[in-house]
Amino acid sequence: MKTTLLSVGAILCASTAIAQTPTLNVLTYDSFTSEWGPGPAIEAAFEAECACDLVFTGAGDGAALLARLQLEGIRTDADIVLGLDTNLTAAARDTGLFAPHGVTADLNLPVAWDDDTFLPFDWGYLAFVAEKDTPGVTSFRALADSDLKIVIQDPRSSTPGLGLLMWVHAAEGDGAAQIWADLADNIVTVTPGWTEAYNLFLEGEADAVLSYTTSPAYHLIAEDDDSKTSWGFDVGNYLQVEVAAKVTGTDQPELADQFMAFIAQPGFQNVIPETNWMYPATEVSLPDGFDTLTVPSKGLLLSAQDAADVRDALVETWRAALSQ
Amino acid sequence: MARRAVAIIRSLPAWLTAALVLALTLGTLAAVAWRAEVGRGLSAGDWSAIRFTVLQAAASAVVSVVLAIPVARALARRQFRGRGALVMLLGAPFILPVIVAVLGLLAVFGRGGLLNVGLGAVGVAPVSIYGAGGVVLAHVFFNLPLAVRLILQGWLSIPAERFRLAAQLNAPLWRVLELPMLARHMPGALLVVFLICLTSFAVALTLGGGPRATTVELAIWQAIRFDFDLGRAALLACVQFALCAMAALVAWHITPLDGFGSGLDRTVARWDQSRWDWVWLILVTLFLVLPLAMILWRGVPSLPDLGLDIYRAAGRSVLVALAATALTLGAALSLSLRGGLLVGMIGALPLAASALVMGTGLFLMVFPFVNPVTVALPVTVCVNAFMALPFALRLLSPTVADIRADYGRLAANLALGPWATLRLIILPRVRKSLSFAAGLTMALSIGDLGVVALFATPAQETLPLAMYRLMGAYRMDAAAGAAVLLLFLALGAFWVCDSRGQGDADAG
Repeated sequence: MKTTLLSVGAILCASTAIAQTPTLNVLTYDSFTSEWGPGPAIEAAFEAECACDLVFTGAGDGAALLARLQLEGIRTDADIVLGLDTNLTAAARDTGLFAPHGVTADLNLPVAWDDDTFLPFDWGYLAFVAEKDTPGVTSFRALADSDLKIVIQDPRSSTPGLGLLMWVHAAEGDGAAQIWADLADNIVTVTPGWTEAYNLFLEGEADAVLSYTTSPAYHLIAEDDDSKTSWGFDVGNYLQVEVAAKVTGTDQPELADQFMAFIAQPGFQNVIPETNWMYPATEVSLPDGFDTLTVPSKGLLLSAQDAADVRDALVETWRAALSQ
Repeated sequence: MARRAVAIIRSLPAWLTAALVLALTLGTLAAVAWRAEVGRGLSAGDWSAIRFTVLQAAASAVVSVVLAIPVARALARRQFRGRGALVMLLGAPFILPVIVAVLGLLAVFGRGGLLNVGLGAVGVAPVSIYGAGGVVLAHVFFNLPLAVRLILQGWLSIPAERFRLAAQLNAPLWRVLELPMLARHMPGALLVVFLICLTSFAVALTLGGGPRATTVELAIWQAIRFDFDLGRAALLACVQFALCAMAALVAWHITPLDGFGSGLDRTVARWDQSRWDWVWLILVTLFLVLPLAMILWRGVPSLPDLGLDIYRAAGRSVLVALAATALTLGAALSLSLRGGLLVGMIGALPLAASALVMGTGLFLMVFPFVNPVTVALPVTVCVNAFMALPFALRLLSPTVADIRADYGRLAANLALGPWATLRLIILPRVRKSLSFAAGLTMALSIGDLGVVALFATPAQETLPLAMYRLMGAYRMDAAAGAAVLLLFLALGAFWVCDSRGQGDADAG
């Protein structure tokens, strides 16, 4: 009897111990959590030092993350949101759902960074990715006038899709609406997220896809296939700086802080180039093959506030132009 | 006393159900209207969504009904082995999960599909299924069979004597008999298909492809999931309700919605058969069977590789469907026991309602109190139950009315209490209709991809949603495997329920 009681007690203790392993919930975009994305490697690296359970949850593409967090509001289970970009940080800050990260890191970005809430984890140049033997273009005007078929992402749900709106706006100014009207017949379809678009391109549904200058590195390094390239535009390519932030209402504040600090460390940063296929946000060595990538003449980027100011109008122009 | 108790037991559940239905339609609409930012007006993109919704519904209706005419005529004037099976096949799309059909259509009409492989072989440029064409194609896949069945009833309603008379007078059949019949039946068929396509969500979500092919339902989903713009979602929900209400009002005046009528096997010996009949019958059979065959061909081999998450999603789908079915049957039974015009109208309300509008309304109601994600599945149960109610009611209420006419006085004489009446007299006699209704509700709910997409996260994913995610990631073999599972569950649930109804008390 006594032994039974003891063993029951032991089991109870053991299960409490399991229950006490804290869980850190990270809300992110789909391709980050996929088995070939950075998620699994980062999970293993962080769990090795945190004595916790790191859970990535995919919620569509980057821009949908913000809507998702607003939908769940203050009661969300998420402790960290990872995968917004500078085009969304002003709107994200206004929700009041994010807390300062408190991390000081030696960042290696093409732009100056002093945001106390949103911490960059990688960056890249947006670009159209195509086969090398497809005749490329170097401006939106040339693309719109060509017969090239492209796949793009919805700017309301996808961060590269939104970046493209900013890019056309930065490159063409008031001529943006006309560019979109003329691009309409080049666009095969608009997908909700990057994954769908890139797969449509790989399946041969389009000549080019909106992605990053770093995407061909995936084919080169992971598949030993050097047939893909990306197009640098004369006016420059738009930059995307991807960020993470801590959720105000987190029930694991210490763990969240620990993860935010981990983002800028080699355990996280070294995984980025060959899983997320982007440039890391700190100074780490790049794998062979990255030196073959297109480097645009210039990196364009609207400030977070400027991007927030024009976003709604640009989305509306885009919707109107493409729905004709 | 007993009579009064019977009256109460007849009325109380019915009014409770009616209140619930009204809360789900008008209540959610009120929540939506209260929140709608009318002052902001509709943007150019919203107007184009409205235009596309109406145009694609009209195009789908016209194409479905026009193609249905030669098929129905061929069925009406031909007798052949397998005719019954073909008529049954025409009923199958009704309980086929939309997303399964979409995947099947992609396998036939998509970039790597049979059609484009064929076109490529003869040097024709490939056609794309994404956009307006794909949306209409999928709608025709679902509604051509329905239109054939509706119009076939028209043909079979022409008495055989008229045909003989026409033959004796050597009168042109088409002009004197068939054209007037079509003039009577076509408007109804057109409107039914139009109404169904007006609330299209899953098809537009999967095949729409961008602002050019966005329905209002899809725009509501985007406003919530992409922009978290509740004011705009609510405004669009009001627009959707107005569109549906207008179409439903017109339909209410023109035709009774009757899709499962009997008497399809009564045929007239016709002398005016054409060889084209066979062409039409073969084409429509191929059109319906090929996509499903492709799913099976692609999906069965990948069934063993399906992950645990897919089976969990399947489990959730079955639980949701069971709960929805219990609700629907309870609601349909209580409304049928009460009977009456008002109850009938309330039961028909869901036909004009949109799942996304209800979902948005419920969302607005619960948002201040709980994390909407936690109620994703209960909300889905409610909406699924509710959307199946008109069909269940249509099956049950005539039977219940007959039973009450036949046995009502006997029950009163014996002073049977309300529960005894229900248990001893009504339930044994409605088993057949009840089982059929249960099968329909199960199948519809298991295959539903609508309101669940508004809130659910991977932790609440149902099987159709999981399948949509796999398609998005282009894991097409896994998606086809999930499709086979979904198809098996939906048709299996229908079959299990329906076959329990054999051996009715009256049918003997």
